[in-house]
Amino acid sequence: MSVPRFWREIPYRYRLIGSYCENCKETFFPPREICPKCRRAGNIKNIKLEEEGEIFSYTVIRTAPPEFNTQTPYVVALIKLKNGPLILSQVTDCDVEDVEIGKKVRMVFRKISEDGEAGIINYGYKFVLAE
Amino acid sequence: MVGIIGYGAYIPKNRIKTSEIARVWGKDPVNVEKGLGVIEKSVPSIDEDTITISATAAKYALKRAGIEPEKIGAIYIGSESHPYVVKPSGSVVAAALGCEGELRCADYEFACKAGTAAIQNVMGLIEGGYIDYGIAIGADTSQGAPGDALEYSAAAGGAAFVLSKDNKENIVTIEETLSYTTDTPDFWRREHQHYPQHGGRFTGEPAYFKHVGTATEMMMKRAGITPEDVDYVVFHMPNAKFPMTMAKKLGFSKEQIAPSLVVKEIGNTYSGSSLLGLTAVLDIAKPGEKILMTSYGSGAGSDSFYMTVEDAIERKRDLCPKTWEMVHEKRYVDYATYTKYRKKILMR
Amino acid sequence: MRKVAVIGVGMTKFGELWNSSLRSLTIEAGIKALNDAGIGGEEVDAIYTGCMSGDMFVKQGHIASLIADYGGMLPVPSTRVEAACASGGLALRQGFMAIASGMADIVVVGGVEKMTDSLGSQTTGYLALAADQEWEAFNGATFPSLYALMARRHMHEYGTTEEQLGLVAVKNHHNGSLNPNAHFQFDVSLEKVMNSSLVADPLRLFHCSPVSDGAACVILASEEKAKELSEDPVWIIGSGQASAAIGLYDREDICTIDSTVNAARAAYKMAGVTPKDIDFAEVHDCFTINEIISSEDLGFFKKGEGGKAVEEGLTSLDGEIPINPSGGLKAKGHPVGATGVAQAVEAVIQLRGKAGKRQVKDAEIGLTHNIGGSGGTAVIHIFSR
Repeated sequence: MSVPRFWREIPYRYRLIGSYCENCKETFFPPREICPKCRRAGNIKNIKLEEEGEIFSYTVIRTAPPEFNTQTPYVVALIKLKNGPLILSQVTDCDVEDVEIGKKVRMVFRKISEDGEAGIINYGYKFVLAE
Repeated sequence: MVGIIGYGAYIPKNRIKTSEIARVWGKDPVNVEKGLGVIEKSVPSIDEDTITISATAAKYALKRAGIEPEKIGAIYIGSESHPYVVKPSGSVVAAALGCEGELRCADYEFACKAGTAAIQNVMGLIEGGYIDYGIAIGADTSQGAPGDALEYSAAAGGAAFVLSKDNKENIVTIEETLSYTTDTPDFWRREHQHYPQHGGRFTGEPAYFKHVGTATEMMMKRAGITPEDVDYVVFHMPNAKFPMTMAKKLGFSKEQIAPSLVVKEIGNTYSGSSLLGLTAVLDIAKPGEKILMTSYGSGAGSDSFYMTVEDAIERKRDLCPKTWEMVHEKRYVDYATYTKYRKKILMR
Repeated sequence: MRKVAVIGVGMTKFGELWNSSLRSLTIEAGIKALNDAGIGGEEVDAIYTGCMSGDMFVKQGHIASLIADYGGMLPVPSTRVEAACASGGLALRQGFMAIASGMADIVVVGGVEKMTDSLGSQTTGYLALAADQEWEAFNGATFPSLYALMARRHMHEYGTTEEQLGLVAVKNHHNGSLNPNAHFQFDVSLEKVMNSSLVADPLRLFHCSPVSDGAACVILASEEKAKELSEDPVWIIGSGQASAAIGLYDREDICTIDSTVNAARAAYKMAGVTPKDIDFAEVHDCFTINEIISSEDLGFFKKGEGGKAVEEGLTSLDGEIPINPSGGLKAKGHPVGATGVAQAVEAVIQLRGKAGKRQVKDAEIGLTHNIGGSGGTAVIHIFSR
């Protein structure tokens, strides 16, 4: 991923900033320019999302693209954030057999990938089991 | 006076037993354990580095401080394993915390004492009236060459402190700080080298003991105290033996140093080492108690701090995970997984 | 709206075709289809070609011009259509609309993908381009992993089993063994599927469609031209397309693919038929879970009962509603851009009664269902004799 492309998403990736439609009272992540529910009638604001949630579904990736193949096996999950939307994220620091639907998780700040040995390091959110 | 308003620790969850490392190199595990007093060490996950460790510790520190991230005027991170040689760790951590903007920031390096040097620098900025709040962090994901004696202890972890002045919210007041520095090449890593080199037994008497001892004695003299006036003493922990020997030499008891000796179960976290000792003490210290901490950085120097614990500690310490809790929250990895996590495998 | 017929079909064998290039595959399928239609090519008004990622797999852009040129069709207007794995189905819909609207009388619809010129790990990354790059792929999600998330949830909510996922593969391999163009022309046992290596839990290698090269082509004509040129035209009586959120994270329910539901509704309405009227369906089984989910979304079974239906043989060649008589993406192969068009080729062959050992008995109405990404796009066509 190119540097500016990573850089412009930093607040969302580092701090879990999503969007809130003041019209629909709906929260979205990733951020959106317009509300998908009420479209242009909405008023979209940035909102800090809860850093806790629970596993909605998960998988263990054993075949990965090049930038992730040093990390296999790794867990990718859809996480239902507390009072918030679903988010796709890795679940790190766990034995894969401990991951289950419904388990509580919390956000951590981790390295996501590296652009080779010499390139930029991409940081962002991951989750860990909270119980 | 300047004090600590919030503190946070972070220790990666993975551990490797020193006996497992000894097994790979055909060394006697009992001798290794005895010699170092270290039974296992922390290993960063493949997605952890000094930046992520710093960010996590600082997040806890901010939570205990109870202040808005925008109020932070400075971030200094001391480490010998900054992920970038050029490009600061501090700016990434600032973005992760939400305190980008008007902010003083630079990365520090002084072997294992860059974190305490960061505290002194932030203290100076606060005393000088330049900033109201600042964060100082010491963190490392240190590496020892495979098979080298350092490999048994080189570990990962960090601690962060939010500092402020004359604040009722302070949990610790820093009464005095001083440093002692000489050119003593006991341990180093040249540019472009992956692993450090060291002078073997030269790292002991003329290096660690001379600097930690001198700085601590200077501090006791300046503060007008004796070992009996102190409740807790914290030293840099390259292994368990050195700080215990140092404490004995200077007249401190086992009871005074024991609460800080996390090294036995997590190894030497370099820039995080003495600071994780301090966070372990803060987790249990009572208002009015006195703490004496002296760090050590090869090359060589020591920073010494004399501190008084304040009332606010009681309200704040339970807000975040405690140091010994993190020491005990662990999952073991074998040597093969360790080499994968630490990028010791040649991938192409 | 004018009626639209298919008057010619052709496809290459699907598989690892080391001797063939992107352009040679396309031309081979095109010539077969033109020959089948009995036309030379001068009559063609437009070309639409589905191709997901020639840009990445073989680093070739501007595929529309390449195909018109090497197909000997200059100066016919040529358009490349891209919607990830639904590219082929969407190209068919573009051709359908061109004729239905009266803009064209004869249209060539192609689909092609040359996948084996890139390395395996690169291919994993290129296929993941169909996912949201910023919020799925960035975090390490692969394409199989997205379907694995759906599979896990479907198992959780409806009790769908790993065996049922495996039985889809067993069935489709059997059908593929009867298809001379299939990538895999052999049967597999459930045991072999269940013991294959994990790709993204719970999905194993044999739950996944293969990486294939191949191309397919159909010739579309207006009613007037079809009657003039063809003895056995097959009519496209319904066409539906719908979009859904590109990312799984923005779906209300990951056990349903909304784009399929909406596209099916539109296609059934246009055709004036219901799911009960469908005699067979070519369903997008890029992963076996998708055949189960889609068989529910298309209205063949109640939500949650797709797995049981496979187990009971309802979707087998001689079942109530045969699904993927061609072998599906799983066994016939999945050259991504070609898939949607190859589904149409199979529908036409079945409705002509020319499918040999895999012929669905008394097939009058067939349906093709083509999905892009994890369901961001779905396109459905209904064919009738």
